[in-house]
Amino acid sequence: MEFTTEQLRSVAQLARLELSESDVELYSRNLTDIMGMVEQLSAADTEGVTPMAHPLDMTQRLRPDAVTESNQRETFQALAPDTEDGHYGVPRVIE
Amino acid sequence: MSLHQKSVAELSAGLAAGEFSSRELTQYFLDRIGTHDGALNSFVTLTAEQALAQADVADTTRKAGDAGPLTGIPVAQKDIFCTQGVRTTCGSRMLENFIAPYTATVVRNMEQAGCVMLGKTNMDEFAMGSSNETSYYGAVKNPWGVEQNLVPGGSSGGSAAAVAGGLAPAATGTDTGGSIRQPAAISNLTGLKPTYGRCSRYGMIAFASSLDQAGPLAKSAEDCALMLGAMAGFDTADSTSVDAPVPDYTATLSEPMKGRKLGLPKEFLSDAVDPETREATDNALATYRNMGAEIVEISLPNMHLSVPTYYVVAPAEASSNLARYDGVRYGHRAEGVENLEDLYKRSRGEGFGAEVQRRIMVGTYVLSAGYYDAYYLKAQQVRRLISDDFVKAFEQVDAIIGPTTTGPAFAIGELVDDPVQMYLNDIFTIAANLAGLPALSMPAGFSGGKPVGVQLIGKVFDEAGILNAAHQFQQVTDFHRAMPEGFK
Repeated sequence: MEFTTEQLRSVAQLARLELSESDVELYSRNLTDIMGMVEQLSAADTEGVTPMAHPLDMTQRLRPDAVTESNQRETFQALAPDTEDGHYGVPRVIE
Repeated sequence: MSLHQKSVAELSAGLAAGEFSSRELTQYFLDRIGTHDGALNSFVTLTAEQALAQADVADTTRKAGDAGPLTGIPVAQKDIFCTQGVRTTCGSRMLENFIAPYTATVVRNMEQAGCVMLGKTNMDEFAMGSSNETSYYGAVKNPWGVEQNLVPGGSSGGSAAAVAGGLAPAATGTDTGGSIRQPAAISNLTGLKPTYGRCSRYGMIAFASSLDQAGPLAKSAEDCALMLGAMAGFDTADSTSVDAPVPDYTATLSEPMKGRKLGLPKEFLSDAVDPETREATDNALATYRNMGAEIVEISLPNMHLSVPTYYVVAPAEASSNLARYDGVRYGHRAEGVENLEDLYKRSRGEGFGAEVQRRIMVGTYVLSAGYYDAYYLKAQQVRRLISDDFVKAFEQVDAIIGPTTTGPAFAIGELVDDPVQMYLNDIFTIAANLAGLPALSMPAGFSGGKPVGVQLIGKVFDEAGILNAAHQFQQVTDFHRAMPEGFK
């Protein structure tokens, strides 16, 4: 299959990636190659095969519904590029 | 023998006999890094001061009579493991200034065993790569070919180069599709990917959560057994960690190979394997036969689908895991943005390198509306077929053997423009990740003077069995003792 530059732009938008025009062309070619390789899967007979979501077919362990985490807001916010009064700063979203 | 030529087991004996202190040993390796890492670029961050402080603690522990086998042994940590108070970059510009607020369980376990951390090693960005060239902090050179610009493999390339060059006695790595075994093979090391769930993934920056596992890179199977014993264990902080006791992996290393059945999948002997790698594999088979093991030809008929399956499953999981890098809570943030969407897009456009962006987009595409069944669901079904092939094979054999890679190290720049060719580096290693099985690579010879490895794949939780088989091989061969010119 051919991965067009339009498809690439739409995937980049879904993934929230800003790309340059030269990137768009390069990545379209790369994804054409990669998805071409992935196409081999269509030849496999998987009729009735249960999808494998976990390598050991284990289920998620349950734990008691107890509080185990303490509040570390200051520690975590110290890593943020922009905080104010305990909040994370982002550009204005409501006019 | 100089200290950097010794195995962890030998250094441990030297510490126990009082031949040198952990402080002396740690300073020795810090000096080795100072002298040689300019040529290799294997470390992203050095933690010299902290290392010497840890060494002093280890020496005190030893004086008090409380030392274990790893007390005072210097190690290097792949920069994918969070280390509290120490920069943790994951090879990315996105995390250039990220000081981890907590420590990964694997690192914590090793600290508790008395290991000394020399620093954090270079790696492919977010562990995506087979050559260490995708690192934002520059390519790493393989000590086996500094002049030829050989890659050390990836993604655990910095760890591999550091151990191969004698800059650290052992190191940690992570393996999602071969990122411990492929660098081990082409850097003349023994490297082990444990069973999925054996080592905690807590604090190990996520790439593909159903495939990622931590494991050791070292000079011998015995060293890997010592390291894994410290790294492994149940952890309530990782919901996929398996609650099973950790055996003493060193206790079974001496079991004889007589009567052991090793399966040779015919799919591992394709024309893609270079003649000298094939010869090294054949020689390893002969060595095992001489030790009384039986080589059984087997088939893993869906093996050829492991690379395409992986390049749906791994990017899908990666696109989801890497959605957290939004430029808001931590990590790179673009300057001068117009609005929130612009902040996300530009922070991620600037913070991620090309290979990471490619895989995020492949993952986003295969999970997008209308394509899920054709790609993701299909790949999860083929993953079951690949895993079932192993289940059948293990009814006949105790372990599976074959080459780790199709050939030796390539040069920097050789494959970087052709992602699909680069992905085929992991053609023999990926299946074990898809099936969750333990697998190791060990030194098996040379192709054109460059190291190549042989892989052993074990049954679920049979790390002890493949470590035993590798140790027995290393009792009668000395490939693992070879060190590169200029680093001896």
